Order: sequence, then structure tokens, then C-alpha cells
Amino acid sequence: MVEFKLNGKPVNVDAGEDARLLWIVRENLKLTGTKYGCGTGLCGACMVHVDGKRAFSCQLSLSEVAGKAVTTIEGLSPDRSHPVQKAWLAERVPQCGYCQSGQIMSAAALLAETPHPSRDKIVEHMSTNICRCGTYPRIVRAIERAAREG
Amino acid sequence: MNQHIKASGHRTAINRREALAAAAGLTFSFLLPVGKDESAFGQPSGAMRTAWLTIRQDGVVTIVSPAAEMGQGSRTSLALIIAEELDADWKRVQVEMSPLDDAIYGNPRYKIMYTAGSASVPTYFTPLRLHAARARRVLIDNVAEKWGVPAAELATEPGVVVHKLSGRRMTYGEIASFARVPAVLPAVTEADLKPAADFRYIGKDVLRVDVPSKVDGSAQYAIDVQVPGMLYGSVLRAPVESSSPNEVDKQAASQIPGVVDVVTLPYGIGIVARTPEAAFAAKAKLKVKWSAVPGSTFNSVEALERYAERAKDLTVEGKVWDKAGDVGAMSQAKTTVEAVYRTDYAYHAQMEPLNALASVSGSGDTAEVWCGTQAPTIARAAVARALNIGPDKVVLHAMLLGGGFGRRGHYDAEYVVDAALLSRAAKAPVKVIWTREDDIHNGRFRPMTAHYLKAGLAADGQVMAWRHRVCSEEALAFQDSPRFKSRNERAIFSMLGTEQPSYDLPNRLIDHVRQVDGMRLSSMRGTGNPPNAFVTESFIDELAHAHKADPMEFRRGLVAKVPRALAVLDTLSGMSQWQRKRSDGRGLGLCFRNEDGTLIGMVAEVSVDRKTGVVKVANVWAVIDAGLAVQPDNIAAQIEGAIVYTMGAALSERVTIANGTVEQSNFYDYNVPRMSDVPAIEVKVLSTANPPSGIGEMGGNVTGAIANAVAAATGARVRHMPLTPERVLSAMRA
Repeated sequence: MVEFKLNGKPVNVDAGEDARLLWIVRENLKLTGTKYGCGTGLCGACMVHVDGKRAFSCQLSLSEVAGKAVTTIEGLSPDRSHPVQKAWLAERVPQCGYCQSGQIMSAAALLAETPHPSRDKIVEHMSTNICRCGTYPRIVRAIERAAREG
Repeated sequence: MNQHIKASGHRTAINRREALAAAAGLTFSFLLPVGKDESAFGQPSGAMRTAWLTIRQDGVVTIVSPAAEMGQGSRTSLALIIAEELDADWKRVQVEMSPLDDAIYGNPRYKIMYTAGSASVPTYFTPLRLHAARARRVLIDNVAEKWGVPAAELATEPGVVVHKLSGRRMTYGEIASFARVPAVLPAVTEADLKPAADFRYIGKDVLRVDVPSKVDGSAQYAIDVQVPGMLYGSVLRAPVESSSPNEVDKQAASQIPGVVDVVTLPYGIGIVARTPEAAFAAKAKLKVKWSAVPGSTFNSVEALERYAERAKDLTVEGKVWDKAGDVGAMSQAKTTVEAVYRTDYAYHAQMEPLNALASVSGSGDTAEVWCGTQAPTIARAAVARALNIGPDKVVLHAMLLGGGFGRRGHYDAEYVVDAALLSRAAKAPVKVIWTREDDIHNGRFRPMTAHYLKAGLAADGQVMAWRHRVCSEEALAFQDSPRFKSRNERAIFSMLGTEQPSYDLPNRLIDHVRQVDGMRLSSMRGTGNPPNAFVTESFIDELAHAHKADPMEFRRGLVAKVPRALAVLDTLSGMSQWQRKRSDGRGLGLCFRNEDGTLIGMVAEVSVDRKTGVVKVANVWAVIDAGLAVQPDNIAAQIEGAIVYTMGAALSERVTIANGTVEQSNFYDYNVPRMSDVPAIEVKVLSTANPPSGIGEMGGNVTGAIANAVAAATGARVRHMPLTPERVLSAMRA
């Protein structure tokens, strides 16, 4: 049994300690906004926050988050009101949308650490996340908007 | 937001027919412009309903849209076209996936529900407008009768019929509560449709209905669906198509905790387990000997050289794709130019690995499936064939697609059948999830191609003759053999985009020589266009170079009789500052294309590292004329996206096959563009007084601009796509 906080609430999970957080969150805890894309930490579709820092949930075992606070896209805001989500809507970023939870979680982590990142910093930080629909130009614009409008 | 997409979208056709029966007595003839005749009806509850729209008493209008939504936006655009002509209030419109019924909702081009080929808005545009106009006339006629005024005195505003002379207004919801519907509808022709100047929504941008759910994690893809008692599946597929398991050692796999069953399938081995991770781990433990098939010895690097030799050998008879005049005029040319081009296999890499959930009844005679598909009726039929039951025994839930790009419309819908077969074996609902490695190893690729080109120039630079031969396997033959046969076995996917309808090429012969090597192939965003844009637009630049002409001016000569094309080039020239010299070893490259009636021109600006051969794309300017721009910002988004998508195939993405086995495995050896690779992109959408044409694939023609920019920057022509650093260096040294 492993206990951690998920989106502010304590959860207990009875699964092997080697089980990956991604699958626990999706299949056991039914929060499917966090996506499986590559299983190797190369695409960022599974990005969550652990104690406020972004992390590839496909690379984290359950035991590694014991006692920690995990935030998924569902916990970012109750009503799409996080500045990054508002900017994402304003810039009409998503296309297929599959990678976007991970993109938004990466962007939110960036702005939490660096409220006014340079363009180069945005590109460097966000290059962990693949978007096959090619929404990158709009992601950059949305992050700059979120930094501006807060 | 008031609009939404229902997560598990579709309702069965049975519901509609039951509803029709329930409304007996109120039915009226409502000629459907798409597919077969279909009646609409006022329901006893007071709603007014057609096959495409329902107006409720509370004024909410539900519009069904048959387009699969994979981010391209046509689910919204089709509904918006109906709302425009109906004069509905978009804020009170809900959009749902249409039922599965090809006769009513089939794409007018394909005759089935199939979202592909950038064909949704262009083909449905007029039929849907006509349909909505008829529904609007019914509303107006009812009000005219009620108020005793001539219908001609009535107008509509969003969701309201208005009588200006008396100031009276009645909402669509109120009308729906009493609407009587005539047995014969008032005739509506294209001349009766709303003039473009009166459009309220078309040409302005609305938020796509699927977008809000995609910023809070609530969007539902097939991989997200969970049903009670569900198990997880994973399939080890034969490395080569048509190979099958000869010997299977299941022991190690069976011992993985959580494994429920190990199932031998005709084409592989399936694992059924209690968690996805157990299923993946068990699959990795399988030991299988596969039957040898002709493809088992296939080696793509060698095969491409074989294709190139075949392409050059004009004694071999080819299948003509496009022909005009007499290509023999070549002998009169002052200058001739000849070249061989090659393109490699490319992989879709949609972000959602293929997956499906199926729940087959214990007796095996009915099934329910959830999947992301571009062709729901094809997928339903494939499941029915695999289970040996009728398609009417399969309920298919068409989910949002985490990327499609042509990968999800194949005749055999193999990833959906995986789930159906494992569910039947396990007697439980099974969600089969392909790993990323499965998705590449079992990938179906845009085929590699070899091209021979020769052209002759007159002294004044006119192209007197154009000869182009393509040698390749044909993807359509693999992905949809019945459709391939019905199209006279033409190599449609290989050849699309070799024809160049805007260019003045009076003497031309373009043909195909087909190879059959048994590889797994697919259309991929733009089918032949991205590779053929690379080949033909590179070669056009070679001709310009031979004539010592500026590439822009050379193309202006080729499109001199096409004003729309000239307008695109002129706009592009200004945007990109084509005339301005670039420094620092940067190069500008141009391409112009007429793809399926959409005109697009692009200029790429690149720099090339002369030591490493690495190409960096700094800027892309794009100008598109797709006729009437229904959703301009969405068009720009699609062009941006397709440029990013296809610059991967242009520069880095490459699949190789050795001994019939795909050599790449994941994003570490299949390199797709990341944000750090992406240029500044500027898109200009020209909305013109022409019918809307396709937009989703057209940015993929950027291959030609990038290749020409690399040649401009280095002085060396790379004739093999992708333009990997090794190939660029090798061309520079030659």
C-alpha cells in the first residue's frame, strides 16, 4: 500500500511498488487526462507535477511518490481557470489534443519557476514535449500570454 | 461553453429509425442532398428534427457532424456550415458525432463515412447548406402561416424569425413547438443560398467545439474509456505482414503476475492481463518462431536502389497517371535536364498509440467497440468480419482521435480487431493498447519511392517536355485492397501530386511502375504530395537553374495563365522579401503547388552547418488560397501544423527495414520535430470567391521549399529525402 496526495487529496494505492505512476493514475484512479505516449520519457504526454516540479509519470514508480503531492491536469484548476489554460484557450492551441495535458503541465511548471521566461527559455523547457500536430508556435504564444496576463 | 461533443459520440442508426417510426404522422418529405432520401419530422414532443439537426423547444439546436475529429477541425466546420445556412445561434448549438450510416452521412467523395484527403469541407459544403436552407424555409413557412403574412416578408436572425414590418419575432424553439411540416418541401436551389456577404460565422473564427475539453484533460480518446470488468490486452504481431506464428513458447509470459490468458491469433500472440503493464511485460517474454514469407528477406536500403534502376528503365511499361501532348517534343529542346530522386519510408507517429476497447458478448454474436477511427463504418465492418457476425451486431463508439494522419482508416482496422478477438477469447471487455514500440514495429508507412525525371527547355525557358516516372509499392493496395481494385488498380497514393495542374506543361508523360514487396504501407497526411512536392519542386528549381532564371520568375512563367496562382506567388514574394539577399550562408527555397484545387506557395529560409550538414529551418512563409475560407484561423493552424509535421519527413524522419523487420523503435531513433526545431511560421490565408477546397494536408508541400532552400544555401542539390546531415554533406562534397 502506497500513500500519496493526488490533486490535494490523500490516496492509498494497493499495487506493486514498481507500478508506474502513469498507469496507476489513469487506470486505478481513473484520471485519464494524463496520457501514455512513449513509455520512455521522450514525449512528455504523461507529464505531471510532483511536489510542484514536473515529472514524467511513465518513468516514476509508485514507491517514488510515496508521501509526495502529485498534481495532474485535472488538479491544475477546477474550471480551466489556471492562467496557462486560459491562455491555451485564447490562442486556440490544441489540435488533436492528445499531448496537450502534458504540454500544459510542462508550461505551468515553467511559469511557476520562471514567471517571465525568455523565448529561448520557453523553447528549451518545452522541447521535452512532442506535439505531432505541430502546435508549437501557438504553445509559445500561449505561454507568453500566460506570463503577460497571469 | 455551450457547445460540446458527447464523449462517446455516436448513436446507432436504429435509434434514428425508431424515432422516425415514433413520429409517424408527422413525417414529411425532407430530401437529403447527401446520400439517400431521408425523412425529417416534427416530433410529438415538439422538436423539429432532420437527419442532420434537431431544434428543441428550448431553442437548443443539435447538429450532427460525420467528420472524425483529429484536430483538423472539420467536425466543427461542418456543423458551422449548417448553422450558418439555418441561421442558428451558434451559442445555442450543440455538436454531436453523427450516427453510423454511410447512405446519409457518407462523404460525398468517398461514399462512406471517411475523414481523409482534406475532403470534408469541400465535399459537404454545398449539400449541407442546401439541407439547412430547406430546414430554414420550413421554419419561415410555419411562421408565415401563423401570422398570416407572406413568407417573403420574413427574415431570420440567429435563432429567430423576424417580421420587420410589424416588429414581431419568434424563436426557433417556439416554432419547433408547433411546426407543421409540409409533405413536399419548398424547393431550394444554390441560387437561394445565403450570399457570402451575409455570412455571420463563415469567414469568422469560432472556437472549435472540442478545444475546451482538450485543456482540462476531459477529452475522451479510446485509450481513456473504461468499462466494468475490463482487462488489458497487448499483441505481439508478426514482424512481416502475412507471416504467422509457427512455434510459440508461452511459459515465461504466462508466469508474469496478472496475466490472464495468452492467445494465439492468426497473425500474432495476444496477452490478456489485469493491468497494462502486466500485458506489456508478458508480451516481452514471448518466444515466437514466425513463418517465412517473401517479405522476410526484404531490405529497404537495397530495395530502393532496385526501385531507382526500375524507374530509370523506360523500356518497362508504366501505368499512365497524367499525359498530354507529345513528350517526344523533348528531342526539340535546347537544353535537357535529367535526375533521379529518392524518398524514404515515413511513420505517422500520431501521439496516441493505436488502441481499442472491445466488449464481445459471451455468445460471441454481438460486440461493442470504442476506437478512434477515420472510417467508422469500415472499422465496424472489419470487426464484424473478424467475429463472423453482421455489422448490425456491432455497436461502434467513434471517439476523438489522438492524431490520425491517414493511419486510422484502413480496411482491416487491425488495431480494433485486436481488441475484438481478445475480448472474445477472454469473455471480458479488453482494451488493447499498442506500445510506442508496437506502433512503430507494426507501423504502416508512407512508401519509399524512386523517381526518374527528364525535362526539355526551349531557348526562351519554356518547358517543352516533362517526363516523370515513379517506382514504388502502392499504399492503397495494402491499406484498402477493395478500394484499390475499384479504382482500376491505379497507384493513387503514390502518384497524387505528380500532376501539376497550374503549371503549363503542354507535353508531359507521368507514369508509375509498381513494385510488390509486401511491406505494410499507408497513406500519410497528403499521401503522395509531400514526397512528390520534394521531387517535382526540386526539379523545377533544377530547370530554373539550367536556364539561369530566378525560381520565382521561372514559376511565374509556368503559371502565367492562372491568375490565382500569380496572386499567391506575388503575395508570397512580398511576405518573404524574396528579392532580398540573405547572408551568413542562409538560403531561400520556394515551392508552389496546386493540390486538389488548393493553391499554396511557401518559402523556407534555412541555414546549413557546413561541418555537420545539419539543416536549421529559420523561417517559413506560406500563402494559401483554398477558395472561400470557412474558418481562417483554423486554416492557418492546419498549415502551421502540417509544415511542422512534414519538416520531419523532409529532414530527419526515416524508417528502414532489414530482413523484413522495422529497425526503429521509439522517439530516440525516429526523430520527430520538437519545439527547438521549429521555425518562425507566417501564414497568409487568401479567402477568394471560389468554392472551399482542402486545407489539412496542404502545408505538407513544404518539403519542396526546404529542399530548394538547402540547395540555395549550399549550392548542392540533395535528391534523397529526408535531407539527413550525411546526405547534405555528401552532396556538398560531390
